[in-house]
Amino acid sequence: MSGLLSEFMIRAALAGVGVALAAPWLGVFVVWRRMAYFGDAVGHAAVLGVALSLMIQLPVTLGVAAVAVTVALVIAALEHPRVGLGADALLGVMSHGALAFGLIAVSFLPGARLNLEAYLFGDILAVGWADVGVIWAGAAVIAAVIGWRWRGLLTATVNPDLAWSAGLNPDRDRRILTLALALLVALAIKVVGALLITALLVIPAAAARPLSRSPEMMLGVAMGIGVLSALVGLGLSYAADTPAGPSVVVVSVVCFVLGRAIGSLRTG
Amino acid sequence: MTRLIEGRGLAAGFGGTDVLSGVDFHIDAGEIVTIVGPNGSGKSTLMRLLVGAVRPRSGTITRAPGLRLGYVPQKLSIDPTLPLTVTRFLDLPRPSPRAKKAAMMERCGITDLTHHPMTGLSGGQYQRVLLARALLVQPQLLMLDEATQGMDQRGSAGFYALIEELRRDLGLAVLMVSHELHVVMSASDRVICLNGHVCCEGTPEIVRSAPEYRALFGTGTQGTLALYRHEHDHSHDHAGGDGHDHGHDHAHHHGQGHHAHAHAHADKHADPAEPAE
Repeated sequence: MSGLLSEFMIRAALAGVGVALAAPWLGVFVVWRRMAYFGDAVGHAAVLGVALSLMIQLPVTLGVAAVAVTVALVIAALEHPRVGLGADALLGVMSHGALAFGLIAVSFLPGARLNLEAYLFGDILAVGWADVGVIWAGAAVIAAVIGWRWRGLLTATVNPDLAWSAGLNPDRDRRILTLALALLVALAIKVVGALLITALLVIPAAAARPLSRSPEMMLGVAMGIGVLSALVGLGLSYAADTPAGPSVVVVSVVCFVLGRAIGSLRTG
Repeated sequence: MTRLIEGRGLAAGFGGTDVLSGVDFHIDAGEIVTIVGPNGSGKSTLMRLLVGAVRPRSGTITRAPGLRLGYVPQKLSIDPTLPLTVTRFLDLPRPSPRAKKAAMMERCGITDLTHHPMTGLSGGQYQRVLLARALLVQPQLLMLDEATQGMDQRGSAGFYALIEELRRDLGLAVLMVSHELHVVMSASDRVICLNGHVCCEGTPEIVRSAPEYRALFGTGTQGTLALYRHEHDHSHDHAGGDGHDHGHDHAHHHGQGHHAHAHAHADKHADPAEPAE
């Protein structure tokens, strides 16, 4: 087979669609709860995860997920008035610190330098069937877990005390959200790379906002925009020989601009 | 009387300092209880303890088994990126049948807001939406934290009238935090004056004449106290009391501004003698 329907393109499309269906479950909460920088920090930690898993010869997905969880927990522990640092500054330290440590760790690996770009920007055309399987399984887990906690997370997003008064536990739900975010980072690193993971979270959800009248609708529209971006981005990459991950992100940015335009036409 | 919720020896705080300590609290079915206290006195912290959002540093909280709480928080800041209509908000955290929602919205006077987004509501509309949501869980206990903040006087009077009506019709207990003493106190069965600990507690009449209460509120809220006293005088008249003298007496004390504390003590001694007059 050759051309647009060659096997590696089909695998790339399946991987891209899988991540596009998983990311909005978290992306909507990242937007509603203003956690974009948090997503960035956890995403950047992935590079360190890659380096460590190659060093001790662990599956990359596992290592990335472990480091992402660790960084998320460290941030949660430091996010305390006692530390006396604003949340944005703290996330700036963690985000770029994790990235810098990761880049140095990668430089110690013989031959890994060549692959660095793949981990920073993704290498979706190189995913194998096993990767596709892991992505779809992970996506199913994310959808199931967030779907299960949806009402609690939504209520706590509106006001944590409302959730407490209804017998829910916003603290536990936030930990679940963080763990799911770490899992997504591990899934997405091959598709868009560490630097662009936040884009998958934030852009489709933000693009869906003006077109949505309910939280659930925003989730669905974000999935649609994500899938469209993945497929059109891959086609663009194939036709114009542009890098695949950034092409996907560029298409979603175009969707964002169109969504805003449609939204302002409606209200204006 | 069924005890709905009871706290014993509660202490809570953030960092090294205790916001609350040694607080005993209880509320029974059908009661209206108001917590008053200056800013930073731990009113909201006590509410959050009872709701379960804050864990007590010491002490215990016991709830009646299966207690349903309807909670109206002090303020709600919904991010504009979250698309939420009033109807959808009423379904948080658990959806209610459409007819039930419609009936509750009518009762709270927000029927015309059905498809309105949560952003862009006025202060009064917002509180009525929050109230409707809290009532949809069919609570035995309704908790309101500074519910009339940002409302004008007419709006808050209407809001409290609605609460009293709901209490009468639905038989629920109401626990509220407020700084609007005159309206709230006349509607309460029991008032708790809080300032890190329970300063004084009892019927509105007992609390408003307690020296601890006067010390906290005596100088700062002359207007509202005077207004409350006026209503109070009327009930005294009917009880065969000494209406006018009583009223003048208090007005006099309050006219003296920051000396009110000292006079409040004198007042306390005078009060037990009142029935004999």
